[in-house]
Amino acid sequence: MAVLVVADHDNVALKDNTHKTVTAALGLSSDVDVLVAGRDVAGVAGAAARISGVRKVLTAESDALGKQVAEALSSCVVPLMAGYDAVLVPATSVGKNFTPRVAALLDVAPISEITQVVDADTFVRPIYAGNAMETVKSGDGKKVITVRATAFKAAEEGGSAPVSAVDAGPGAPKTRFVSDEIVKSDRPELAGAKIVVSGGRAMGSAEEFHRVIEPLADKLGAAVGASRAAVDAGYAPNDYQVGQTGKVVAPQLYVAIGISGAIQHLAGMKDSKVIVAINKDADAPIFQVADYGLVSDYKTAVPELMAALTAAGL
Amino acid sequence: MKVLVPVKRVIDYNVKARVKSDQTGVDLANVKMSMNPFCEIAVEEAVRLKEKGAVEEIIAVSIGPVQAQETIRTALAMGADRGILIQTDADPEPLQVAKLLKGVALAEGANLVLMGKQAIDGDNSAVGQMLSALLDWPQATFASRIELGASTVQVTREVDGGLQTLELDLPAVVTADLRLNEPRYASLPNIMKAKKKEILVKTVDDFGGLSPAHLSVVKVAEPPKRTAGVTVENAAELVNKLKTEAGVL
Repeated sequence: MAVLVVADHDNVALKDNTHKTVTAALGLSSDVDVLVAGRDVAGVAGAAARISGVRKVLTAESDALGKQVAEALSSCVVPLMAGYDAVLVPATSVGKNFTPRVAALLDVAPISEITQVVDADTFVRPIYAGNAMETVKSGDGKKVITVRATAFKAAEEGGSAPVSAVDAGPGAPKTRFVSDEIVKSDRPELAGAKIVVSGGRAMGSAEEFHRVIEPLADKLGAAVGASRAAVDAGYAPNDYQVGQTGKVVAPQLYVAIGISGAIQHLAGMKDSKVIVAINKDADAPIFQVADYGLVSDYKTAVPELMAALTAAGL
Repeated sequence: MKVLVPVKRVIDYNVKARVKSDQTGVDLANVKMSMNPFCEIAVEEAVRLKEKGAVEEIIAVSIGPVQAQETIRTALAMGADRGILIQTDADPEPLQVAKLLKGVALAEGANLVLMGKQAIDGDNSAVGQMLSALLDWPQATFASRIELGASTVQVTREVDGGLQTLELDLPAVVTADLRLNEPRYASLPNIMKAKKKEILVKTVDDFGGLSPAHLSVVKVAEPPKRTAGVTVENAAELVNKLKTEAGVL
């Protein structure tokens, strides 16, 4: 069987989610191709070609693909599926947006956000915000799957796959791109960061969130996250949100500051390697998942932590 | 302008889902059920569009057991005009749901399908996109702002790293994200009024029947548990442990 992986990228850089999805795909077959659909993607395609284990890289280019419009992506991928038994797509906002369309157009049942490949037909995926893990078997000849990238190791670099162009498809005739407002930041991207520092409702204001969370994140070279409570209260922008309704992260180190640990937040970070919780409430549920808990008001704990990091040469 | 709002009856979002001991699913016996929160946001948005005069009629549709009438009744109390229940005890998967909703959207001559971005039970986030593909109507998922015109709709979407705004020709499918609005609580007079609104009870056969299921659930298990770690006394001890014990600094 052959498997198609659709690359995660922004037309400029290939994202690590692609490497992780390739690993998931290699669990199904050793014949894994990567599609880079976008605009002016030669550089991205070159990076995809260096992923170890990739057989070949396909590129498809149009303006609508450059804006990652769902209708354009699905109408590009569907004809390609004549040559593949499965398509795996990172479960990003782009992947979640177009992949179910591919399934509908092929008349197959999509399988969302898999965290494990059991065999060629059987997959594990979280349901109920990760409070249960469902093992599901597909009876479809072709599988259409999104992949929770944090559940898979990134495939190594070191390959040199050939790159060739394919038809971009008819685009999205009934949809027009109006504008993008992408937040620019020098910090690492939340979804792929090695360290994440998150703040919760205890911050009390947007100013306090800035003042407390961001310097600590910068000291650690970390991405900034927030609980839904902090986002809903307006302390942090929505794209900082970690949780069931935000981003799912699994960094090496997750530092939760003033976060109580609602189920919906835990769903987004409980697969982190090491979790640190700082909260003045010793009964906060976050301490039940934390590897290291510090029961203290963040107002004293964070400055002390900054000082201790400096003392440790960081 | 006619808006169709699909609504799903799910386990209440404040209730922790518990896996059945025989691993066949999640225990829903004697558990509080409510309207899926994202469906609620979609209903609220449809009602606001009607209050602005951009929409004439809102139809709430649900696919599920007889109790799903309560879910439709909630939508009617919020301001939807009438309801359709496609009554079934099956637990249809997203592809089957999308096919039934396609039948409803066409039969009702809807100009816009406004629905939640995902249900909090299956967490698939698939039906809206599939419905759009099956109808060949344009789609905008994860909406945080909707401007409805006469022949187009402009939608701002929550995407990784920020926002994207698209303009779609009508008819279209739009799915609601969390920040689109804050749903109202239905007032008592409106709850009383909703009791008089019509709910048509239909069967799957009225909309082409239930297509065969493509997926089977092998098992539903508890997620791996994380155990609580240690409590540290101060920041210096924390940094020391992170460096030497955990090796993450």
